[in-house]
Amino acid sequence: MAENSHGEIYRVAGPVVTVTGIKPKMYDVVFVGKQNLMGEVIQIRGDKSIIQVYEDTSGVRPGEPAFATGAPLMAELGPGLLTSIYDGIQRPLPILKEKLGDFIARGVMEHGLDRKRKWAFVPCVKKGDKVKGGDVIGTVQETPNTQHRVMIPPNVSGVIEDIKNGGFTVDETVCIVSGKPVQMMQRWPVRTPRPFSKKHTPDIPLITGQRILDTLFPVAKGGTACIPGGFGTGKTVTQHQLSKWSDSEVVVYIGCGERGNEMTEVLTEFPELTDPRTNSPLMERTVLIANTSNMPVAAREASVYTGITIAEYYRDMGYGVSLMADSTSRWAEAMREISSRLEEMPGEDGYPAYLAAKLSAFYERAGRVTTTNGKEGSITVIGAVSPPGADFSEPVTQNTLRIVKAFWALDTKLANRRHFPAINWLTSYSLYAGTMEKWFNDNVSPDWSSMRSKAMEILQKEAELQEVVQLVGSDSLPESEQLTLEIARAIREIFLQQHAYHDVDSFCSIQKQYKLLKSILDYGKAARSALDSGAPLSEIVKMKSRAILAKSKYEENFEKSLEDAMAEMAKELAEIKKRAI
Amino acid sequence: MMAKEYRTITDIVGPLVFVEKTEPVGYGELVNIALPDGTVKRGQVLDSSKDMVVVQVFEGTASIDRSSGVTFLGETIKLPVSKEMLGRIFDGSGTPIDGGPQVIPEKRLDITGAAINPWARENPSEPIITGISSIDGLLTLVKGQKLPLFSGSGLPHNEIALQIARQAKVIGKGDEFAVVFAAMGITNEEAQYFIRDFERTGALKRAVVFLNLADDPAVERLITPRLALTAAEYLAYEQEMQVLVILTDMTNYAESLREVGAAREEVPGRRGYPGYTYTDLASIYERAGKIKGKKGSITQIPILSIPGDDWTHPVADLTGYITEGQIAVSRELHRKGIYPPINPLPSLSRLMRLGIGAGMTRDDHRSVEQGLYAAYAEGRDLRGLVAIVGKDALSERDRKFLDFADIFEDKFIRQGKDEDRSFESTLELGWDLLAYLPEAALTRIDRATLEKYHPAYRNKPNGAERGIKKQS
Repeated sequence: MAENSHGEIYRVAGPVVTVTGIKPKMYDVVFVGKQNLMGEVIQIRGDKSIIQVYEDTSGVRPGEPAFATGAPLMAELGPGLLTSIYDGIQRPLPILKEKLGDFIARGVMEHGLDRKRKWAFVPCVKKGDKVKGGDVIGTVQETPNTQHRVMIPPNVSGVIEDIKNGGFTVDETVCIVSGKPVQMMQRWPVRTPRPFSKKHTPDIPLITGQRILDTLFPVAKGGTACIPGGFGTGKTVTQHQLSKWSDSEVVVYIGCGERGNEMTEVLTEFPELTDPRTNSPLMERTVLIANTSNMPVAAREASVYTGITIAEYYRDMGYGVSLMADSTSRWAEAMREISSRLEEMPGEDGYPAYLAAKLSAFYERAGRVTTTNGKEGSITVIGAVSPPGADFSEPVTQNTLRIVKAFWALDTKLANRRHFPAINWLTSYSLYAGTMEKWFNDNVSPDWSSMRSKAMEILQKEAELQEVVQLVGSDSLPESEQLTLEIARAIREIFLQQHAYHDVDSFCSIQKQYKLLKSILDYGKAARSALDSGAPLSEIVKMKSRAILAKSKYEENFEKSLEDAMAEMAKELAEIKKRAI
Repeated sequence: MMAKEYRTITDIVGPLVFVEKTEPVGYGELVNIALPDGTVKRGQVLDSSKDMVVVQVFEGTASIDRSSGVTFLGETIKLPVSKEMLGRIFDGSGTPIDGGPQVIPEKRLDITGAAINPWARENPSEPIITGISSIDGLLTLVKGQKLPLFSGSGLPHNEIALQIARQAKVIGKGDEFAVVFAAMGITNEEAQYFIRDFERTGALKRAVVFLNLADDPAVERLITPRLALTAAEYLAYEQEMQVLVILTDMTNYAESLREVGAAREEVPGRRGYPGYTYTDLASIYERAGKIKGKKGSITQIPILSIPGDDWTHPVADLTGYITEGQIAVSRELHRKGIYPPINPLPSLSRLMRLGIGAGMTRDDHRSVEQGLYAAYAEGRDLRGLVAIVGKDALSERDRKFLDFADIFEDKFIRQGKDEDRSFESTLELGWDLLAYLPEAALTRIDRATLEKYHPAYRNKPNGAERGIKKQS
């Protein structure tokens, strides 16, 4: 093998470098040039290996050396992942800054996990125990609220000959299994899914604290969702909201080919925000992967794999993990760019013909599973899509829609009207809504599903009526239909609109969602019965209590505010009715 | 080291020259091509292999023949930088064209520029005041932001850019401001206009100008913005200046990118633009920013003249995905004779949230912005309705909003080309306009703010009496 591992560069064309004299396997890591730039084999043609290089190749010449490692791109998995921020190939950005300064230079390899930090390892198995891949042998308190479960690497099994207790670094041996030393850290090839024993139907909702998502278009734990939208429609804000407030134990956020300032925003905000469930900083359950749009394109391609491998690792510990990929379009574009440098025959819009296969293989790594150690863990994958010209018929959106089960369509028109989140309630869907109805009925309220369909029905009706209003104005509709418009408006403005940057409104618990929607529907019912008994619509819509109802979502004590609103409303309606008679 | 000269050109295609039988040549290296008549053209290596080197020639391949000599300089393109660049005018490849001497470099910097480590970035949060109400009030620009002007042919985007360049300042601080101006493929007339204006207003003193004109080689356009940003990075991060970079016109830049892509016979993406257009544009736009621990900053205002005013055009679309919002220059407002014709509705400043409010601008800024935005949006919606049902069919309230839209355009958006409005006067103007509406209609403004700033609650005459009326 050694004689085949050194070769030389034959050709350099941007991020694609051709090397001769090595005999690597596909996707093996190869270091090219005098500066040892890291890359991956993406094609083998005769004695020429074609490498996509993760760093800028300016100045690299033919004839410079290349070195094949014989191993694929690996992620380092172990304690210390949480709170980290990595680039697309798991180099910690703070360390890169320390070593290279404010700008990202080339040729620096850095371990994903800190080799010096000692972690307090507490074993949970003893000498003589039989273990197999995935079994938990001990724990480390990784952050105040997350216990890291140290597992036997998937390909190791046997009898424990020795197990330690105390402070260790990630690469010190903590256990010996049938002669094999086991460390807290394991390495796993990012392009290979980690094993599990069984996949389950996702039927428990991921509570995101976002009203339109949880109530109308819920995603399941272990499910997949996509958020397509043109620029300025709020993809990133929605992704940030989801990573802030979802009831996941671990969040992996991949900033894939997006803005540098947005990653900075996450880095500034997350340590300051607290998780509503644990009251500790959100950062403590988060792993960030930042490969901004001007960082090397090949590393962008790798970043989603690095991210999902880390997610799978925490899933294997039995945790619920959410993975946000912002944006999968940039990932697809990275594939397109590499593919076009390889002069491959393009498919639609210049994307490679294997686009659909790669997308589905990625989303397929989501799921609620029984892990090999018998625990239950899940990965929910939520991918943002940035369709050119906000046109959803383009290949990335279309291929994604064929895979994911929840579709949250961001709408430029709503965004221009400053209706946020700008998720279109008519075109979005969730195929999980049916399977999860039972959960909501059992855990929130028995009338959940009927309430949800009622709200959807009103919104649907509004869309039909709007077509008429466009032509003749709302005044020419009968009063009962005008009231429908008013109730729909209340649902839109009070319930669907949610203020991401408001201290209280940013997160809305599922109970609050229920009560808020119920109050709006009750308002609708009461208003309709008043109208039927002869009260004029003009007075009904002017009620003070409606304003209180509208403001309730911003109140810390929303229950009291809602009660006040409904009590006041009963009084007002009674008066209006009295006057009408 | 004496570089070898090769006379082994095999093919010349568009802006590309193919050279064979060379020693190993570095990717991205700078190339000199000596023509038989003695002129020397510059280029860059696009593809280097043991058999063939592809060179992209910046000044165009006109009069290059197969006997021309090719020399590889062994380094990537560098720009000599110094503080002396302020006040100077250069061509699109960095040679002075103002008759002055060569710049004595303090440093020579690689023009590609490395990516800022996201960890080293500082969250942008300090507003830049441009003196233009529609921007300061509704689309506040923040230090380190990239906020393009989405415009079209025949619209006054150049005037707006110049006005911003002249008037930009930071609230209450004595920071040094510099403007780096990069023109790509603009006409000589436009260039003259810019230079005259810079000279007239004295803005040239604090500006560095790079000009690639319409008749300059298209390929040169690919390096002009990178030269400008390299100069900007030097001024910002080494000279601690607040740098505003104006790039005009990014559409021409993208055309050049397409031209080179086509010459290389690459697989085209949408509308013939190469598949890597997004990444390439990002490598320019993402050079805006602010770095932790450094005083300087780079703020970008790229200008796009969008073909056919179609925002789904790849250049506008990809730009929108990278930049932090956009300022829409509206043909409709321009036709109405309003300058600057900035339509706030399709415009957006994503970083505004971080740069406004108490301690930054003023505590009521958010309220005024939301109030004006909502009212103007409603007014414009009503214009559509009036066209169908007539004004008489409107309620009293709706008529107020309809009028509001007109007054807003006339008083708030419209301002003189040399009118530098203070930030306070922009907000006051905003309140005066809001006071024109019934108070109950201002639902987006909370009680406390209303009572603190609304003219009706302060000891001064309300908007109507202060002369803001609907003029028929």
